[in-house]
Amino acid sequence: MSTLVHISNLTKYFPVNKGMFSKEVSQVKAVDGLSFDIRQGETLGLVGESGCGKSTTGRLILRLLEPTAGKVEFAGKNVFEASASEMRALRKDMQIIFQDPYASLNPRMSVGDIIAEPIRLYKLAHGPEVQKKVEHLLSCVGLAAYHARRYPHEFSGGQRQRVGIARALALNPKLIICDEPVSALDVSIQSQVLNLLKDLQQEFGLTYLFIAHGLNAVKHVSNRIGVMYLGKMVELAGDEELYSNPLHPYSKALLSAVPIPDPRAKKERIILNGDVPSPVNPPQGCRFHTRCYCAQDICNHHEPIFKRIKPGHWVACHLVESEIE
Amino acid sequence: MTTETLLQVKDLKTHFFLEDGVVPAVDGVSFHLNRGETLAVVGESGSGKSITATSIMRLIPNPPGKIVGGEILFNGQDLLRKTEKEMRDIRGNRISMIFQEPMTSLNPVFRVGYQISESLMIHQGLNKKDALEKSIEMLRLTGIPSPEKRVHDFPHQMSGGMRQRVMIAMALCCRPELLIADEPTTALDVTIQAQILDLMLELKEQMGTAIIMITHDLAVVAEVADRAVVMYCGKLVEESTVLELFDKPLHPYTKGLLKSIPHVNSTQEKLYMIDGMVPPLTHLPAGCAFAPRCPEAQPRCHMERPMLREISPGRRVSCWLYEGGGE
Repeated sequence: MSTLVHISNLTKYFPVNKGMFSKEVSQVKAVDGLSFDIRQGETLGLVGESGCGKSTTGRLILRLLEPTAGKVEFAGKNVFEASASEMRALRKDMQIIFQDPYASLNPRMSVGDIIAEPIRLYKLAHGPEVQKKVEHLLSCVGLAAYHARRYPHEFSGGQRQRVGIARALALNPKLIICDEPVSALDVSIQSQVLNLLKDLQQEFGLTYLFIAHGLNAVKHVSNRIGVMYLGKMVELAGDEELYSNPLHPYSKALLSAVPIPDPRAKKERIILNGDVPSPVNPPQGCRFHTRCYCAQDICNHHEPIFKRIKPGHWVACHLVESEIE
Repeated sequence: MTTETLLQVKDLKTHFFLEDGVVPAVDGVSFHLNRGETLAVVGESGSGKSITATSIMRLIPNPPGKIVGGEILFNGQDLLRKTEKEMRDIRGNRISMIFQEPMTSLNPVFRVGYQISESLMIHQGLNKKDALEKSIEMLRLTGIPSPEKRVHDFPHQMSGGMRQRVMIAMALCCRPELLIADEPTTALDVTIQAQILDLMLELKEQMGTAIIMITHDLAVVAEVADRAVVMYCGKLVEESTVLELFDKPLHPYTKGLLKSIPHVNSTQEKLYMIDGMVPPLTHLPAGCAFAPRCPEAQPRCHMERPMLREISPGRRVSCWLYEGGGE
């Protein structure tokens, strides 16, 4: 599989301003030196707790935010060096689906107009063809043609998310960033939307970056999964590999914390103490060492390198390295 | 094990009177809860599970909501016949509730210590100093580090997990007989969720509190509950022990819910889906509310509403497929 997006050393610090002259007093290190690839046609899952920088990563890839450092190469082109007109062309290939489908749809526009807007802006169709295209997109996501005349408030959460998906598909993108697309939906609707995303991926040859905190859903859709903690990626592996053989202590704890829908399941749960430290002042050394249950002296002082442990499996932990060697 | 009944809800009906018509949010719900037991109330949004809980607390906003029928027997006494003053003595003292979003249920302008002390001063008649001391002890019990300092924090100075711990401390400080937890972990991250669920079970063991756990997450049900009732469109569709519910769900809705959760260990390509969506409560179908989405629906299901009937001891289901007591 060829690489569609190459991300290297991606970094985003948000300034914290204070006082009358908004002097910059500190920085929130939301994303700190992230490097990974997204391959053509795959689904890369990105998991982590709130505040770990997974949504910021998604927004940086689309250049909805300007980075502090690093680059994102989309099909060989650095997104952050693109001019305004080049960016316009690039945006056509990169779309996003948001968590809250209600907040991301304009309440004053009919669903037909919402989906037609990108088509008109990019002049992909004219006159009555636009209407046809909208109807086709609606049928792709399991809605009917008459839904085009309705407004977002007339839809249920699951249907609104389908509208959001139809809008993202309107420009035939190559990459769709799914930012917690099912977190706000009911259980029975979640499975409908997840199945729909999977079907559309096959039909249109899409590549997904699937951001979520629900590990069960991520496992279901992803080919590879990256685990993030405080702005860093701590582990990246194939989905089977990650779930059967997690190496980083944080991944192990995260996986063991997921409730299992089986009352007879054996639970060997690793309970992490405390909360995620503040990204304004992340811990020295390994960022996880303050909550890690197997931290050693080296973890307090030296930051581990994100290393390949075996083909396709990357981990940033001092201890994993010593296990192998 | 003693199986003394603590709470008995009989044919509870809570309706909302809106301009567009009457919304039967809870429509004839009956269940019971034993002392020291954990009962899960499962359902999707709009199924009436939260309204059932707020009805037990008598906190339904009126107007537009009103409890129009039924009985809620708590230790044999009907809560619906209590005066507002009597209810105030029960709330926070013998029955407590914790909510989904701890930020909105804590008062932002008071320190958390004061908010916990408040119920101790009202219900147990403690003075300010003793109440604060007890609050610190409660916070320590819920695992908040250096509670003697955190007790002076405002809610916004705490993280989501901490706030939920404060809520739990507040709910349990008077050692209630019943704790109602309305989606207590939905807004939290998985690692924090595991902490909070563990904490609730631990405190339950210590204090012998019975818990009604309201959730849409069947995995949480499997982890914490002894028994479960499943709600759909304001009605109970199934009642069972958790083991039986997961081993052999009876109602097609329960079956669908169980099949549609993605499982970490499964490798199936496609998830099972329940077609369609929850009908609006103002326009419920004439027959079984689930019939339009049900894969096993028969002509009768669209015409007549099934009754909740006992299939085996402690096992009830409302579905025409189980008509006649057997299968």
